[in-house]
Formats: sequence, C-alpha cells, structure tokens
Amino acid sequence: MSFWDKLRGRRVPSSREIAKERLQLVLVHDRANISPGLLQTLKDELITVISRHIEIDREGVEITFTQGKRYNRLVADIPVLSTRRRKS
Amino acid sequence: MPARTITITSGKGGVGKTTATANLGVALALLGQRVVTVDADIGLRNLDVLMGLENRVVYDIVNVVEGVCRLRQALVKDKRLSELYLLPAAQTRDKSAVSPKDMVQVCEQMHNDYDFVLIDSPAGIEQGFRNAIAPADEVLIITTPEVSAVRDADRIIGLIEAEGKGPARLIVNRIKPEMVKRGDMLDTEDVIEILAIELIGIVPEDEAIIVSANKGVPVALDDKGQAGLAFRNIARRLLGEDVPFMEIKDTSGFLGRFTRFVRS
Repeated sequence: MSFWDKLRGRRVPSSREIAKERLQLVLVHDRANISPGLLQTLKDELITVISRHIEIDREGVEITFTQGKRYNRLVADIPVLSTRRRKS
Repeated sequence: MPARTITITSGKGGVGKTTATANLGVALALLGQRVVTVDADIGLRNLDVLMGLENRVVYDIVNVVEGVCRLRQALVKDKRLSELYLLPAAQTRDKSAVSPKDMVQVCEQMHNDYDFVLIDSPAGIEQGFRNAIAPADEVLIITTPEVSAVRDADRIIGLIEAEGKGPARLIVNRIKPEMVKRGDMLDTEDVIEILAIELIGIVPEDEAIIVSANKGVPVALDDKGQAGLAFRNIARRLLGEDVPFMEIKDTSGFLGRFTRFVRS
C-alpha cells in the first residue's frame, strides 16, 4: 500500500482476502465442469422440450449455476406464458 | 472388530501426507492401538525414512502382491513401539505394479490382526491415488493454507465422493500464525468454509518436522513440540475422543523465540 493510499484512507485487501476470493471463484468452475457452450446447449434443449407441453417465454429463460455449500446448483428460471396444456 | 483402513491423501505433493501418516501411526500406537502404515507411493518410497526404518526393509508391497513373500515377512516392526509396523513401497517399480484389487486384498489380510491400517497415498489423481483409496474405509485429506493446495484438495474431495468413500475429513497443515495474524495467509476457518468438510486437525508449521525427518524420529514421539501434540490430538479424535482444537500460538515474538531457545 502506497503512502497516498494510506493518506486517502483507502483499504487495500489483504493477500489472504484475495486468495480466498480467487479460490472461491476458480472452484465454482472446477466443481461445475460445465462450459458456457454446454450451458447454452442445455438451455436450447430445455426450451424445446418444455415448450412442447407448455407455452413459455423463450426470451426470458435463464439457466445459471449457483454455488451451494458443497454442491453446485443448476437453476432454470422459465417464465410461463400459459399453464393451459397444449392440445397435441 | 476388523481394522479401520484410513487413507491419507492430498492431490498436491509436498503438503505433508507422509509426515502425517508416520505421525498418526506413532500417535495411535502410543495410545495402545495395533497399527500398520502402508506406503502406497510405489517408486518414490519415503515413509520408511521418515519412520527411521529404512535399514530394516527386506521385502515390499509389490513382493507381497506378486507372491514373492508372505505379508508377515514384508512388515517391518518399528524400533520404538512394539505394536507399530510398516509395509514399505517398492522403490524400483512403478504404480502399475499394483492394482486397486491387489490393495484391497493386501489390506484384507491385515483386518484381523490390527486396529488401524494407515495408507500413505502418492500425490496426483492417477493410478497411485486410485490404488491408495481402493481399500479405504475412511479418508483424511491434508492441505496447507495455500491456493494451489486447497484447489487440489477440493478436486480430491470430489473424487472421494464420486468413489463413495466420503465424507472425508480434513487436516490443515503448516499454519503460520504470524502470517495469518497479518492477513497474509488463509486461516483454518477460511479453508473449512471453502472446502466445506469436517475438520479433524490443525497442525502448525514447526521446524521440528524437518529435524525429525533428518533423524527418522516422528515428532509425535516427542512430548514438547506443537506439531507432535497436534498429531497426537488427531489420533485421539480418530478414536472418538472429543479433543478441543489447540490454539496455535504465534512464536515469532520475543517470548516465542526465547522459549524455543530454552527448549533447543
């Protein structure tokens, strides 16, 4: 931390904090083992399957990875336009 | 009751697997348990030197697997503790000399005569690691508070769970309290939070570890040192005792240097 940083009262994160943050980030990817490409494929296929049965907002679909305690969670947020089942 | 087979592993090399295996073997034997330590690091054997038994090795685990000798002939009796034995690795072969099935069979032969079989895993996630965890009832993962070691430990935790050997328990090794204090090292809570597994021991950085390796006398035999005490505590926890985690003291100040001076 430079003299000027100190003077301005700027807080520089400790190397311990930096290490923790970097580790948590890298582990999300390590644990998931899912590339952005695979995520997109999953999204496309989910949309296809689900819209066969119910009407959904295709543009509003969001597939994300969230970090749980030990497991990661694949979360799909799919806005439904109509719960009425399609006649097929 | 059959022996409990416990594998000590880490992913990353040089974080203290062999030191931990030797010391837990000693500590459990001091508590009256019948123990065999198994060196699964074929081709890079070292458990024998850390235990100070290198001059007594006649046969090794590959000889047992290949039927050259019987298990009993390959077991090296410890110099100091009557209920502690070492099953050495072969030094001139490689990991493919033994299969996971061979490891299970060798360990089964020890089930009735011992209380604990401690397996020292090689680094990595390849066949040597697979061999080491195949016979395990329990797994201890050892890491240091460094980014690379913690990342590798996380990978190993995943593999252990995939093998159905979990949940593993964690030893955090080589904590330097003065570095944690000034914010330059992950502390035990950080590591636990990141890895989300149960803690079984915290071992402080201790120069005595290097001295003990020089001499071939594990620190758990020594009453005074912090690392030795930490390993003896882990052994008691393995036996189900509820031992509080010791407070790791900063010995970098004047008083610490003074007590170290007096002790040495």
